Amino acid sequence: MSSSTGVVALKGITKAFPGVVANDNISLDIHSGQVHCLLGENGAGKSTLISILAGLQLPDAGTIEIDGTPVVIGSPKTAVKHGIGVVHQHSTLVPSLTVLENLMLGETGLRLQEKRARARLEELSGLLGASIDPRLLASDLGLGQQQQVEIAKAMWAGSRLLILDEPTSMLTPSAIENLAESIDRLKHQGLAVVFITHKLREAHQMGDCVTVLRSGRKVGFLSPEQMSGFTEEQAQAEILRAMFGDDLSAAGGLDEAADLAGASEATREVAAIDIDEHPVILELDGVTSSGRTMDVMVHDVSLQLHQGEILGVAGIDGHGQTGLAEVVAGQRAATQGAVRFDGADITKLGVRERQELGARYVTDDRLHEGTVGNLSVALNLVLKRIGKPPFWRFGQINRSAVNAEARRLIDQYTIRTPSPATRAAALSGGNIQKILLARELGDGARVLVVNKPTYGLDLKTVRLVHELLRSFAARGGAVLLISTEMDEIVELSHRVSVISKGRIVGHVDNNGSGTAEKVGQLMIGGGNDD
Amino acid sequence: MTTERTGTRRAVDIVVRSVLPVVFALIVGGIILLALGKNPLKYYGDIVVNGVLGGNLQNSLVMMTPLLLMAIALIVVFRGQLWNLGYDGQYLLGAVFVGGLAPQLIPKIGLGPSYIALIVLSIAVAAAWTLVPAWLKARFGTNEIITTLVMSSIGVGGTGLLIEYLFQDPAQRTPQTRTMNTADMLPYIPGTKVHVGFIVAIVAAVVFQFILSRTSFGLRLDIFGVNPKAARHVGINSRTMTIVLFLISGGLIGLAAALDVMGQWGYVRNNWNPAYGDTIMPFVFLARLSPVGSIPFVLFYSIFATGGTVASIDSGLSTDFNMVIVALILVFMTITEYVGSKRELGQSYLPDELRDAVRRPFAALTGRSAQA
Repeated sequence: MSSSTGVVALKGITKAFPGVVANDNISLDIHSGQVHCLLGENGAGKSTLISILAGLQLPDAGTIEIDGTPVVIGSPKTAVKHGIGVVHQHSTLVPSLTVLENLMLGETGLRLQEKRARARLEELSGLLGASIDPRLLASDLGLGQQQQVEIAKAMWAGSRLLILDEPTSMLTPSAIENLAESIDRLKHQGLAVVFITHKLREAHQMGDCVTVLRSGRKVGFLSPEQMSGFTEEQAQAEILRAMFGDDLSAAGGLDEAADLAGASEATREVAAIDIDEHPVILELDGVTSSGRTMDVMVHDVSLQLHQGEILGVAGIDGHGQTGLAEVVAGQRAATQGAVRFDGADITKLGVRERQELGARYVTDDRLHEGTVGNLSVALNLVLKRIGKPPFWRFGQINRSAVNAEARRLIDQYTIRTPSPATRAAALSGGNIQKILLARELGDGARVLVVNKPTYGLDLKTVRLVHELLRSFAARGGAVLLISTEMDEIVELSHRVSVISKGRIVGHVDNNGSGTAEKVGQLMIGGGNDD
Repeated sequence: MTTERTGTRRAVDIVVRSVLPVVFALIVGGIILLALGKNPLKYYGDIVVNGVLGGNLQNSLVMMTPLLLMAIALIVVFRGQLWNLGYDGQYLLGAVFVGGLAPQLIPKIGLGPSYIALIVLSIAVAAAWTLVPAWLKARFGTNEIITTLVMSSIGVGGTGLLIEYLFQDPAQRTPQTRTMNTADMLPYIPGTKVHVGFIVAIVAAVVFQFILSRTSFGLRLDIFGVNPKAARHVGINSRTMTIVLFLISGGLIGLAAALDVMGQWGYVRNNWNPAYGDTIMPFVFLARLSPVGSIPFVLFYSIFATGGTVASIDSGLSTDFNMVIVALILVFMTITEYVGSKRELGQSYLPDELRDAVRRPFAALTGRSAQA
């Protein structure tokens, strides 16, 4: 452990990528024994800053000093040497290995020293206040446990600075509390913690000091003294002003911005509907999907989706959500059960037939599945209508018709692109998501399956996406909202189904408070049985 | 408009990236010639004389016919990110049926019908030879590089067996098929000594260019190639696509074989393998997998090979020296691509840490910090 006066200082860090300055002259001091919150929207430059600290990228300018000595962190190995451990947003555990094997992956040396590893794990478990069975397979761990193992892995070689990249985005409320406890323990051990989030209430709850980033710049800093001096409202207002800057009014004023930034508990924000008055449009009846080896399959899922309804499907990431979406979209075959659309059996129909009927799917992998990066925005907008008139006649493309349709959709959905001929990959994540929504919502859409629709988007686009989904439902469309963001589920859904290990483990009617806790309980309960 | 300017810049970039490797390869090839004590200028001059001048260009065009068709065959599958490397077996099997049957078929049903029947047969045989790898790939995802290579070896061996047991010319002691009468071979384009197969090859290039760039099939094929996940997402059936692409590729190779045997060789000898696919491979990539774009490259190689054979004999080199140049083109192509993509991404040409290691001593000398 380092001395309590230890400081990791970033000085004037600048990193530019073609077309964007990800970090612009950012300076911050990270003190041992403090939790330093890094707050900012997606694309604000948090991840770049972290990858510089982790040795994944070198800054174009600026220095990093540890205890006053300038260091060059040229590789992840160097970062580990300096005691910098990172817990990435996505799990880096190998599912088929045990906990202990996962932890020993980074070890060098000829022989595996299992006894020493066990001792180290015990030590770390004590530190984190968690008990982890070293013999369990990583794939059998619950999500909270997985994260504890990830933290243990980051601190394996001894740590002075622990970086947690959006650690709460997929955790249940109670798991977040456990995490907060662990972080608190580590802090008191004299460790420096960088906690990255885009949720304001977490920053306030866990952080000793807060740095706010916007468009690559450091736009706000609240020192520990300020944090303890301010009331919660004052701190919030201060942070929000920094986060949104001039956009505060565009985001809909202070209250709306606070809502977007997750300052308060989420509540339902769609108008209530009487489910029984709306006919069922999509029905899954005991559907089991075929799966490839490493995928989580869907087992015996029964759902009914009514017209005008948003049905939330909550669950921990990787518990069969993609399988469920693909079974509805027709990308994956159902080996058992039936999928019915308007009462007609469509189990045997493929993607294109279901598309024609009006069953649409906005995939979560918008970069690699939802769009073809090398193709133009215009072609991406008609990607699911290849070969159909008026865009193709006798197999030959009619470019003016394609471009006209593209311009119409670009205007309607305010897709920001230099021209319809621009490569889709050149657009920002938010605009790519708009391409997907424009393509799926148009031309006779009746059922929309959305998988993590706002993942990684900036707050203004999140607002727009939510608005699109609500208005689609209000017009009589039906939405199957698959999401790992609890707030999103609670705000948008009329009813919530919980998925775990490919099975629907329960339903919650989203009226009144406590939905998140009920859903969370189901997620955990479902995780333990089977 | 900015997009237009970047458009022309990209076009220039593509031309530069395609031509540079050839230029570099010729320069380095020249250096090697010098080291061997030969005069590179005379060698390259001989190539031009024997490959282009005095009607020699016509020989080059004859050679170009199967090469161009082979190039298109590879382009179609490569665009789908499928690697049909079984071209030798596919080509020879098609060729041996044409060579073996033509001398007997022509007297029976006449020239025209024989041409058509033999071309269709050759296409069918070569295409059929891709079916096993295609099916394995489509059904089980079996690596098609391995299966096509294995099937190719079987095909090459099978060609020998077919000659020995079925098509052997009884008048010859060496294992080979009967030889077509010169008068029965494909007619020349009027006024030249280039057979009509050349026109077929050029037309095929134009047709496939159109199919790939302007039709819905071409777009589906490109999506399937660059992004299989997206292909599945938009409802492109990957199994059908895989099999169709292999069949087209095999069919074009069969067409190349039929035209080549009936237009140029007139017979097929055992242990004969022109290995067109191997030689044309780098040029297919230099042409950025564009059928029409490959025409100049194939022409270049045809001239180079036709003239080069004579030139290397004249200067006392092995004819394999031409393959050295082809290999050099491949090496320089890789380098230009690496540098080009680094530049596109705006990255340094050197890996970061290496660059840093190089910089640090200099920085120390000039007294500046390595990070600044």
